[in-house]
Amino acid sequence: MDAYLPALGGGLLIGLSAAMLLLLNGRIAGISGLVAGLARPGERWVADAAFLIGLVLGPPLFALLAGHWPVMRIEGGWPVLAIAGLLVGFGTRLGSGCTSGHGVCGLARLSPRSIVAVLVFLAAGMLTVALMRVAS
Amino acid sequence: MSGAARSLAALAAGLLFGLGLSLSGMLDPARVRGFLDVGGAWDPSLVFVLGGAVSVSALGYLLSRRLRRPALAETFDLPTARRIDPPLVGGAALFGIGWGLSGFCPGPAIAALSTGAAPVLVFVAAMLVGMAAQVLIRRFGPASVRP
Repeated sequence: MDAYLPALGGGLLIGLSAAMLLLLNGRIAGISGLVAGLARPGERWVADAAFLIGLVLGPPLFALLAGHWPVMRIEGGWPVLAIAGLLVGFGTRLGSGCTSGHGVCGLARLSPRSIVAVLVFLAAGMLTVALMRVAS
Repeated sequence: MSGAARSLAALAAGLLFGLGLSLSGMLDPARVRGFLDVGGAWDPSLVFVLGGAVSVSALGYLLSRRLRRPALAETFDLPTARRIDPPLVGGAALFGIGWGLSGFCPGPAIAALSTGAAPVLVFVAAMLVGMAAQVLIRRFGPASVRP
C-alpha cells in the first residue's frame, strides 16, 4: 500500500492545481489545449504561458525537495517516440483534450464528452501496449 | 494588476501540477505503460493518481458552481461542446495509440523538458508538429475532413 502513497499524493497535488486554476482564473488545466493556445496570441496568453513555465519547473523543484530527480525510464527508440509524438499532438487537438483536460478536469465535471474520450484513449492505449507485447 | 495576479496564480498552479506529476510517477513512461499493460504485469498506481486528481478537481468544480465568477478573472472559461462526434472519438483513439507507444501524454512530456533528456525533446517536437498539422488540416483541408 505504501507504494501507492506517492501516486495518491501526486494525484492530490494535480487535482489541487486544476481546482486552483479554475477557482482563481476560471481556466481548465488541459495541457494539450494550453500548449496549442501558445500559437494564438490573446489576453489569456501570458497566464497560460506562466502555467506551462511552472509545469516545466515542477520536476526541478521536486528534485530540490526530494533530493533526487523523478524516475524516468523511456522505452523505444527515436522513430517510435517521433511517431508517438505526432499521434499525441494530432489526436489531442482533434479530440479536444488529453489526460489532463478530459481526464482530471472533464471527469470531475462529469462531462459526457470527456467520459467517452477517456474510455477511448484508455482502450486504445491498452490495446497498443498489448499488441506491442504480442509482437515482441 | 489582475493580469499579473492571474499570471502568478497560473505559475503557482503549473508548479503544483509539475510537482504532482513528479511525485506520482507519471513522469516515468515505463510505469505509465505498465498501467496500460492490463494483460501483463499490471501496475495499478495510476488509478491512485487519477483518483486523487479527479476527486480534488471535482471539489474545485463543485465550489466553482457556487461562485458567480473566479477570484481573478471575469468568467469561468469552460468547454461548451456537447456532441460526441467522430473527431472526439477518432482524436482520443489516435492519442491513446501514441500514449501506449511511448508512455508519454502532453503534461508529463512538457514537464520532463526540464530534464533535458534528448528522447523527450524528440517526443515534444513531434507532438508540436502533430498539433500544427491538425490545425492546418482543419483550416485549409477539404471540408469533408474538417471537424
